[in-house]
Amino acid sequence: MNNEEVKSCPVTAKHIKIALVGQPNVGKSMLINSVSNAHLQVGNFSGVTVDKSEVLFDYKEYSFTVVDLPGTYAFTDYTIEERVTHDYLCAESYDIIINVIDSTSLEKNLQLTAELMTMSKNMLIALNMSDEAKKESIDINAKYMSELLDIPCIKVSAVTKEGIEELVDAVILLKEQDKQVQKLIFSEAVEEEITIIVEYLKKHKYQAVNSHRNIAINLLKNNEKTYEKLHENPIWTQLQPILIESSKHIELHHDTDDIKEAFAEEYAAFNRGIVTEVLHKTKIKETKTLTEKIDSVLIHPIVGIPIFLFFMWGLFQLTFEIGSIPMDWIDAFFTWFGSTVGSTITHDGVRSLIVDGIIAGVGAVILFIPNIIILFIGIALLESTGYMSRVAFLLDGFFHKFGLHGQSFIPLVSGFGCSIPAYMSARILKNDRDRLLTLFIISFMSCGARLPVYVLFIGAFFSPQMAANMLFAIYIAGAMLGLVAAKILKLTAFKGSDEPFVMEMPKYRLPSLRLMWHTVFTKTMMYLKKAGTFIAAASMLIWFLSNYPQNLQLSHEYASKIKKTSNIEEKKDLKNKLAEAHLEQSYLGVIGKFSQPLFEPLGFDWKMSVALQTGLAAKEVVVSTLGVLYALGDDVDEENKSLISAISKNISFASAVSFIVVIMIYLPCLAASIVFTREAGGIKYFFYLFTFTSIGAYFMAYIAYNIVQLFSY
Amino acid sequence: MTTLIDCDKNTKVRVTKLNAKGDLKQRLISFGIMKKTVIKVLEHAPAKSTIEIKVGKMRIAMRAKEAALIEVEKLDE
Repeated sequence: MNNEEVKSCPVTAKHIKIALVGQPNVGKSMLINSVSNAHLQVGNFSGVTVDKSEVLFDYKEYSFTVVDLPGTYAFTDYTIEERVTHDYLCAESYDIIINVIDSTSLEKNLQLTAELMTMSKNMLIALNMSDEAKKESIDINAKYMSELLDIPCIKVSAVTKEGIEELVDAVILLKEQDKQVQKLIFSEAVEEEITIIVEYLKKHKYQAVNSHRNIAINLLKNNEKTYEKLHENPIWTQLQPILIESSKHIELHHDTDDIKEAFAEEYAAFNRGIVTEVLHKTKIKETKTLTEKIDSVLIHPIVGIPIFLFFMWGLFQLTFEIGSIPMDWIDAFFTWFGSTVGSTITHDGVRSLIVDGIIAGVGAVILFIPNIIILFIGIALLESTGYMSRVAFLLDGFFHKFGLHGQSFIPLVSGFGCSIPAYMSARILKNDRDRLLTLFIISFMSCGARLPVYVLFIGAFFSPQMAANMLFAIYIAGAMLGLVAAKILKLTAFKGSDEPFVMEMPKYRLPSLRLMWHTVFTKTMMYLKKAGTFIAAASMLIWFLSNYPQNLQLSHEYASKIKKTSNIEEKKDLKNKLAEAHLEQSYLGVIGKFSQPLFEPLGFDWKMSVALQTGLAAKEVVVSTLGVLYALGDDVDEENKSLISAISKNISFASAVSFIVVIMIYLPCLAASIVFTREAGGIKYFFYLFTFTSIGAYFMAYIAYNIVQLFSY
Repeated sequence: MTTLIDCDKNTKVRVTKLNAKGDLKQRLISFGIMKKTVIKVLEHAPAKSTIEIKVGKMRIAMRAKEAALIEVEKLDE
């Protein structure tokens, strides 16, 4: 269904609003993507979609709005994401619910369907992953199922796009129809009690919005809203004793003191009935499934964690080894590009702005595209294969010791890509304390934007053979510091009992190439776009701040000195000194000099101090700032313009280590800080984060600097 | 009283009672873990801190503390 197919007028077209509901990881977002060519994020673990998102598309003479809701196992408010779904379904207006079901796990998925059926909304069931079901020789009689439930059931596959058109046609058909009547039938014992209440409501001529049956079920299920409504009514006084009596009967029948449990058992019984009727599975011997075979190795109690560490090590090895190959070409390209462009511009100021400002700044960031792409591929693999949940399983015991939840692993891993989605995905944690704790340590997981800084400094100080291992070490060290920070926070600010850890482990899936390409491409384009807009603008600003105010007197002074000497070496030296002097009295130089005393104990010169401060806007800017500052300072030295060599020449090893430590720990970028503040729920948390990370970074960098210095003498 | 955490790898059990309360109980129920549910224990994490079980076709990970709240009876193979 292409957006281009039929462009109907948005005003006259008939509009259908669809709420897409289903259990986690059944492919809701992927289904929307294949219906509308949208680009929602998909992955193979529960909790990819944490907020609702709307997608618009046209088909035939209709315009559709599909609301993709976070996956939910049942109508509970267990986590924030589930609350989003529940609130939406109860309070917002929409025409049709599409209940997406994983065909390979029908019975479990129907548990939510049963609850949806009690809502008395027009509903349609999409039996997704029908291609996978076929492979597992599971055959669902969709036609019979539609008759049994009186809900249209359509087999679809978001991957092969099979049945998609049929699904949309069914939505249109359903829209034209009257309201459906639900056919959910309970056990005799419960039906008896429902009849008693319905009779009572009828006798007292209570006006029902949906049906008396619906009210009766909701009352028995302890639905608060229904209670509230009836509470106001005079019939309540007589209804209440009947209700209490009925509830007692049901609880007795189910041998429980929890009416919700009783209803869950009712639904389960109903679902078992449906499944027996419609599902035909060719009985194959109960052999181990592929997932179980893989799991017996990957989550093995002894080798599981080493294997995981090996994967991570391999990823960083690849990031460095393969990533460094095109880096030289990119570096050469920008040097060539800069000098070519520079030679066409006659005006000194403009040339410097373009070459030293924009091209040096943006080029320094683009340089790291190969590394970034490899890192993104690694994270996409982790997310789409189903391995992520296994690692959460493996690490839960270890994490628990540090006061973290196994599921914290998921946002933390996303944090290696970018902190922003990581902050969002912390919503999968139920308890606010655990969620806040996770939010606070996400920034310890070095994001993709910090990778360039590390690569730059490692390149400057280590041999290529050691480089990848160093990078791995930096990431691991960051993660370890994060754990220690978590422990400290857990013992002080976030004291309290632990959240239960109960998590679904999805089946392993081979990620489709199309999907991988798509995810990586989108993220890379975002990085490039940022380099072309935000970073370019920041580079221009930094260039301006480092070039102005211009001091002509200084130029004259040095010009006469240069004239006097005939020694070439001395001339070159003087020219360098002039550039330095210019830089030092510029606006940026003044800021740097002003803040330098603060950073002096960490071994930073004023250029590094400035780079750290500009890095508060975005971590890529650290690199572009250094690029601009050292490009200007090195203006005279034509043979070697590379930033890496400029760094190894100007910065001591101890200072470099302490600089990396600060980068590792201090406040994430501006955009991430904003998202953090929103997710944490208040500006005060931002100040906590700022204080916590700044003090932590300063303290750790101070220690690192002094230790390294001690060893280098 | 046998609970889920007492079970060895690869044993099949049937749930007799859920001792969990409130939200956790709802969570277990929504995962299909309720009375009479048949569970297979698949894997133990190091030091039995976390276990992996199979309910129907769904694999679920849970901590020892949560597993201890699920009373079960062993099924003969």
